[in-house]
Amino acid sequence: MTSVYEKIGGEPAMAAAVDVFYRKVLADERISHFFEDVDMERQAAKQKAFLTMVTGGPANYSGKDMRAGHKHLVDRGLNGTHFDAVAGHLKETLEELGVPTDLVGQVMAVAEGARADVLNR
Amino acid sequence: MAKVRHESEWYPLEPGETVLDGLLRQGVRVPHGCRAGACQSCLMRATSGAVPEAAQVGLKDTLRARGYFLACTCRPQEGTALEVAGASELRVPARVVELESFSEDVFAVRLEVETPLDYRAGQYVTVVRADGLARSYSLASLPREGRLELHVRLVPGGAMSGWFAREVRHGDRVDVQGPAGDCFYVPGQPEAPLLLAGTGTGLAPLYGILRDALESGHTGPIHLFHGAREPAGLYLVDALRALAARHPNLHYRPVVLAGGGGEVEEGALEAKVLTCLPKRPVGWRAFLCGNPEAVLSLRKKLFLAGFSLKDIHADAFLPSVPRAGPVAGAA
Ligand SMILES: Cc1cc2nc3c(=O)[nH]c(=O)nc-3n(C[C@H](O)[C@H](O)[C@H](O)COP(=O)(O)OP(=O)(O)OC[C@H]3O[C@@H](n4cnc5c(N)ncnc54)[C@H](O)[C@@H]3O)c2cc1C
Ligand code: FES
Repeated sequence: MTSVYEKIGGEPAMAAAVDVFYRKVLADERISHFFEDVDMERQAAKQKAFLTMVTGGPANYSGKDMRAGHKHLVDRGLNGTHFDAVAGHLKETLEELGVPTDLVGQVMAVAEGARADVLNR
Repeated sequence: MAKVRHESEWYPLEPGETVLDGLLRQGVRVPHGCRAGACQSCLMRATSGAVPEAAQVGLKDTLRARGYFLACTCRPQEGTALEVAGASELRVPARVVELESFSEDVFAVRLEVETPLDYRAGQYVTVVRADGLARSYSLASLPREGRLELHVRLVPGGAMSGWFAREVRHGDRVDVQGPAGDCFYVPGQPEAPLLLAGTGTGLAPLYGILRDALESGHTGPIHLFHGAREPAGLYLVDALRALAARHPNLHYRPVVLAGGGGEVEEGALEAKVLTCLPKRPVGWRAFLCGNPEAVLSLRKKLFLAGFSLKDIHADAFLPSVPRAGPVAGAA
């Protein structure tokens, strides 16, 4: 089966989406402090890996990585509200880039599935 | 335990230790600077054994393919046996042919290389002194000019800048390794606006990029911001004004934190830069160099202002970092 990742346009589409998505996240005062990593290149690479994962592309993210990768943020107070904010930006990004509604729905379902791991529940 | 072989001798590494730290700890001389994977001073080549991917981040494909890696970011896995060699084959001998004072604490160092260096204006090289001391400097010259020009700021207590400022003599030899970095002008889209911003000697690569762009026939607006604490920290002011007078598309804007006046603006560099941007900076390209905090902060602001990450080229002048003390708990 073709993944949403491929349907959206694969790697080039992801690269374009990262800019839009990451900019939204950084500009959102509710969550920007979790992204204060000054190494933007690395942070953007992480955002890309995340987008690739939620769209079913070739990612090497596992539930275990999600837990380990967010543990320090949970310790700093990362909670469901923040997760919702990021998910909202993801949805908007995909919509702005003209991704068809049913595909956006599929992506959001995968993202929702990562909630427990991200919040270390 | 991982071990590293260098010049026919094996050196054991502590768990998690980098090749650079392990070799230095055991008395091997390896040129190094930032210890953060940025300056490429610590380039080495693996002649046998595998290096972790992380140790090749930022290297050109041609170097990767030949087994080059950065010793300061190379933490071989337990049990690895790695044989390494220095990067001397990537160095070209050079002679210091001229020093010129630009301001109280900035001077130009001009070098003549034995074989021409294939580089783009704005890239940087690592200067390696005979005793192995290595520091990175951006190139302010253009390849056609023959000599390499560096702009060096005298850092209090600085090993390399102090040596250049006080001891170096005409004709003294150094090695030049490189070039590295992707902060340079790429011809094409000659009407695109360019934003060049830097503090202190961050002007060096920008001066190269600027002249490269103008000589390549760039017609789009070029905004050059040079920031300093006070007017004495600015340099090449007359040369840049003259250049701007000849090229109406060049907007040269010197900015200082205090003591501005006349044609020198006063205020925060970041704020000045942001005011020159349109609402949607589509097609703009930015080049940011100099003080690491200023570069990283401006980079983020530009990204938020709508720049695409791929259109922001930045070189942060990371200072050298002395080696950490012995690994805690190590016998
Ligand atoms: C990619 C790159 C490009 C560079 N391009 C240039 C350039 O074009 N021109 C230029 O002048 N420099 C440039 N640098 C910085 C340069 O490599 C040296 O770090 C600098 O010249 C100081 O070296 P030094 O041996 O004189 O001082 P060191 O002996 O290395 O330093 C003495 C002490 O001062 C501290 N220190 C050094 N520099 C700073 C600083 N800027 N701010 C705060 N503390 C500092 C050190 O940590 C140390 O404690 C560049 C660095 C990089 C990574
Ligand atoms: S890249 Fe290794 S010391 Fe700078």
